[in-house]
Amino acid sequence: MRTAFIDALIKAAHADDKIWLLTGDLGYSVLEPFRAAFPDRYINAGVAEQNMIGVAAGLALSGAQVFVYSICNFVTLRCLEQIRNDLCYHKANVKVVGVGSGLSYGVHGYTHHAVEDIAVTRALPNMTVLCPGDPVEARWAAEVATCHNGPAYIRIGKAGEPALHAQPLDGVALGKAVRLREGDDATLFAVGNMLESTLKAAALLEAQGFGVGVVSMPCVKPLDEAFVAAEAARVPLVATVEEHVQCGGFGEAIAGVMARSSGARARLLSFAVGDAIVSGLVGDQNHLRNLLGLSPQHIADGVTQALGAKR
Amino acid sequence: MTSETFARSIRSSALEMVHRTKSSHIGSCLSAADIVAVLYNDVMRLDPLNPKWEQRDRFIISKGHAAAIIYAALAERGFFSKDWLKEYSFNGSPLAGHVTHCKVPGIEASSGSLGHGLSLGCGMALAARQAKADWRVYVLLSDGECDEGSVWEAALFAPFHNITNLTAVIDYNKLQGFGRTAEVLDLEPFGDKWRAFGWDVVEVDGHDHAALKLELNKRSSKPRLIIAHTVKGKGVSFMEDDLAWHYKSPNAEQLASALAELKVP
Repeated sequence: MRTAFIDALIKAAHADDKIWLLTGDLGYSVLEPFRAAFPDRYINAGVAEQNMIGVAAGLALSGAQVFVYSICNFVTLRCLEQIRNDLCYHKANVKVVGVGSGLSYGVHGYTHHAVEDIAVTRALPNMTVLCPGDPVEARWAAEVATCHNGPAYIRIGKAGEPALHAQPLDGVALGKAVRLREGDDATLFAVGNMLESTLKAAALLEAQGFGVGVVSMPCVKPLDEAFVAAEAARVPLVATVEEHVQCGGFGEAIAGVMARSSGARARLLSFAVGDAIVSGLVGDQNHLRNLLGLSPQHIADGVTQALGAKR
Repeated sequence: MTSETFARSIRSSALEMVHRTKSSHIGSCLSAADIVAVLYNDVMRLDPLNPKWEQRDRFIISKGHAAAIIYAALAERGFFSKDWLKEYSFNGSPLAGHVTHCKVPGIEASSGSLGHGLSLGCGMALAARQAKADWRVYVLLSDGECDEGSVWEAALFAPFHNITNLTAVIDYNKLQGFGRTAEVLDLEPFGDKWRAFGWDVVEVDGHDHAALKLELNKRSSKPRLIIAHTVKGKGVSFMEDDLAWHYKSPNAEQLASALAELKVP
């Protein structure tokens, strides 16, 4: 995802000399091509995220479009007030790019697990929140973010995730849901890097005779509320899947839409990271997903149970 | 108009504003009044009729609680009508109690939480350099603000990136939110710290207009840092160097007495 994103950003920077990239001293083996191509629009701001966001805001208020890059938590939580006041208050054209979404950093531990960032960023006025689920969506996120004038948080995974879309998402507008699978028994809404597991869960459910749709939501804010409401009216079960805590996260965003929708009939099931994440668990991303109930099998079992109970 | 007259006028405006709305921070406003007056009257390149003029100098008030004195200066220069000042902090007014850019011509950036402005100024100065433009960036900080780590991130950043079109001024009145700076979290040796970070540092009497004008107009091969030694509440004897006026607003009698001291009819 990282490489796809940076490739798209470099392409955009060739076309637009207002695009800058600031990094919080991260990006080894990822950002070098940008640095080489645009040395006068690249700054390693050091391990000083608060200042980096402020500098980005100052550049943006003077006409630049600035991408800032670091690990998710460092570039959101550490400098949250700078994002709130300097970016969102001013509608500054700054794109906050976080890498290592969710449990991507696995064994590196809780400091590196980005599991509250969606809640925090989606609460901010004027903020757009993009959570691509594969390299194709990451490329799309870079492209739509570049065309969007205003602050955005782009939460991307790591390197090496498989492409899940067969085609580029050309023409998909900011704020739109992207359907990958059809199905009438349930709709699974996946956000970010849980897309792959969600597709695997749908395949497991298909083997059990359930027709389950899968929808990727690369844009958490603005949320495709009309799409969610329509699905909640159409199918008996909606499930949300996120590598993020439940509180304030993607699932609760969907829950809010459903609660406000007069036509919704679906029951809601949410797969999210529990507080156990901070209990000293050590392991890689898949190990942690298994422990936290986020494996494809957990998702399939949960959906089966809910659908079975309904029948 | 001389900057001294300008300063008297904005001091009296700020006093009337905080009196009307019973708001706080008059001490901070009076402390910074001379710096603001010299900047707006004598130093900065501005066009009040075209507040977004591309070639204007940028001014960031990082101590956003000194809002009244900034709004007064903008009105004095004609960015908007002085009538606006009469509704400062009233319901529906464009002028919030901490500096806001939203509906206010001439405000470059909103502030109110300390430790944001110097980084913003660094970004703006970089943009000017990239555009090969000759406008400059001025940032006004408070002393207590320098407790914030983010100030020192920016202090490290600006000299390293050779940002020479930036002048920061610290309103060093030596009183912060709940005590004297020397007793809360001592900043000294203050100038040495900035010098060690790579700034071109000068210390001046922050109420000496000639000295301020001289230093604010100087250029350097480094980012400039002016430590302006000031007195909180300057110009109104019963407010000077008294923490209470970070919070209190003058009643009618105190206002009359303060205005009389400033010799404003």
